[in-house]
Amino acid sequence: MNSKKGWSIVYWAVVVALLAVGVVGWYWRLTVGHQMANYGSIIPWGLWVAMYIYFIGLSAGAFLISSLVYVFGVERFRPMARLSLFTALVALLMALLQIWVDLGHMERFYEVYTRPHFYSMMAWMVWLYTTYFVLLLVEMWFVTRRDLVRWSRKPGLSGTLSRILALGSKDESDASARRDEQKVRVLGALGVALAIAFHGGVGALFAVDKSRPMWHTGLYPLMFLLAALVSGGGLLLAIYAFLAPDRGTEAHKSLVESLSKLVLGLVLLYILFTWADFSIVWYGKIPADVEPIKIILFGKYWYVFWLGEVLLGMLVPVVLLSLKATRQSPLWAGLAGASIVVAFIAVRLNIVIPPLAVPELQGLADAAPAFRMSTNYLPSMMEWFVTLGIVGFGAALYALGYGLLPVRPNMSEKEV
Amino acid sequence: MPEIPVIQEREDVIARMMDDLQRALKKPPSERRWGMVIDLTKCTGCDSCTVACKSEHKTPPGVNYNVVIKEEIGTYPNVRDVFLPRPCMQCENPPCVDVCPVSATYKNEEGIVVIDYDVCIGCRYCITACPYGARSFDFGEWYTIDTPEVAPYETAPTFEYSEERVREDGKSPIGNVRKCNFCIERLHEGLLPACITTCVGRARYFGDLNDPDSLVSELLRQKHAFRLKEELGTEPKVYYLT
Repeated sequence: MNSKKGWSIVYWAVVVALLAVGVVGWYWRLTVGHQMANYGSIIPWGLWVAMYIYFIGLSAGAFLISSLVYVFGVERFRPMARLSLFTALVALLMALLQIWVDLGHMERFYEVYTRPHFYSMMAWMVWLYTTYFVLLLVEMWFVTRRDLVRWSRKPGLSGTLSRILALGSKDESDASARRDEQKVRVLGALGVALAIAFHGGVGALFAVDKSRPMWHTGLYPLMFLLAALVSGGGLLLAIYAFLAPDRGTEAHKSLVESLSKLVLGLVLLYILFTWADFSIVWYGKIPADVEPIKIILFGKYWYVFWLGEVLLGMLVPVVLLSLKATRQSPLWAGLAGASIVVAFIAVRLNIVIPPLAVPELQGLADAAPAFRMSTNYLPSMMEWFVTLGIVGFGAALYALGYGLLPVRPNMSEKEV
Repeated sequence: MPEIPVIQEREDVIARMMDDLQRALKKPPSERRWGMVIDLTKCTGCDSCTVACKSEHKTPPGVNYNVVIKEEIGTYPNVRDVFLPRPCMQCENPPCVDVCPVSATYKNEEGIVVIDYDVCIGCRYCITACPYGARSFDFGEWYTIDTPEVAPYETAPTFEYSEERVREDGKSPIGNVRKCNFCIERLHEGLLPACITTCVGRARYFGDLNDPDSLVSELLRQKHAFRLKEELGTEPKVYYLT
């Protein structure tokens, strides 16, 4: 119990530090604006767009994994399902904050609703993730409704919050839980379609860009979906391995192993996709197509690929999740999951930045030399601070929800 | 004393193009098709087009509507410099317009790709989509910010899109994407784009591509012309002569 309290203090200390840094970052962003950012007109998207697709990928992946249970009836993962859904919700909020702060005119975001251009993949993306957001809230409510009613009787903040969120519902009967479950199945099925559409759509946002050869491939929407599943799966594996209340039991160990196998399969598939993507382009030797890959593999920031993507995202998880000894140990399997979660930041950075670092016309960056015409990009301190703040915000929200709401693993909506 | 040969009276190209412009302005806007022709054999790489554009639109550091891309071909001493001026191509099928989530950028009825600064949300998707790197983001910077006073030439109003605007923090066009608009505000006043009037080598021509009698149409009939990245199907309205 004591060590648990110790960890909790460490966690909140980190969260408070992140939030403090975030307040500084957001203050700079909102007062000084984009001047303190390091992206420019050659590389117009940087850390924030990369982190946006990272968070949104985690959300879509966690959601799709929850639907294994709610839609496809894979009971094996039932103890994880509710937490997956909650993870999807928090990650989505982080994603929306992250992309909002990237806009040149944040106050005009509503225009995507009032005057959408439906030939733009970005407009579709916004409409789809808005629908997904609403669906997540509704599905979350039906999944937790009966427990919210029960928790309403609890004393303190948790009880008050549950009472508010129950929205006046009082029915605790098994029949009502069955009705909830049917609704969740329908919502989940809609959600699967939505998650595929909107995350595939984020991939398409890049893929339709014919002036960036590396993005302009039919593989991209599919790779985005797969990346969502890998990173979301890795996150849930880590969370479940380290946080589940039933740690140490056989049931916990065996679910960790099942998750490990699922994640291993997804990682292997992702390696195959990456190989297909890179090798075909490489074979073609078309300079504009090959240049971004050269930057990724041998450029100034080579370690993002070799240490981030390959070591942490491929080698570590494949080894840890293939060997029986490590796969069956929640500690090692959880570390493999955490390794994937970190590695996908590298994956997302390499999706966004190197393809932009090759100017569309040779010599463009040198035609009128300026800081904003640079082909080299490293996030500024303001950019890091803003993103760290968002991570802190997500971590705080996650811990609060986890502590106060019925979203923990092994919550028993299957008691009917 | 040898007799000095009489130099044949030649028609001034600027005067000719201004006549072409007047003719085009008499037509309904949708029947005009503005186009630019740049003779690469005449371009000396002096960058005066870039400078004229800068002073016309008072664009801040890093925001360039026009640049001259330079390349050295061969190895010293057997080298040749080539120059490629790059305004906005004003594509018939502009990829930047396709991707804009709020239709802030669109092709107007005269065929010029314009940006509505008061609508643009600054997402910069169009910058990634332009195959010619013709778009820049206005970060809100100034050339003379580190001097005792921001110079008046930076804070003077501009008349882009025939709207009087003063660049101020937090207000458009700061936080917007910006690009060459063929000096549409000048055209409507009967003036040629700034880069055309200023070109020292008379390498740049402008006019109505729909008018068979315009200088640009005549040049495209007589000489060999190419456009950048034809394979993308963007159909640029900027032609290069070689």
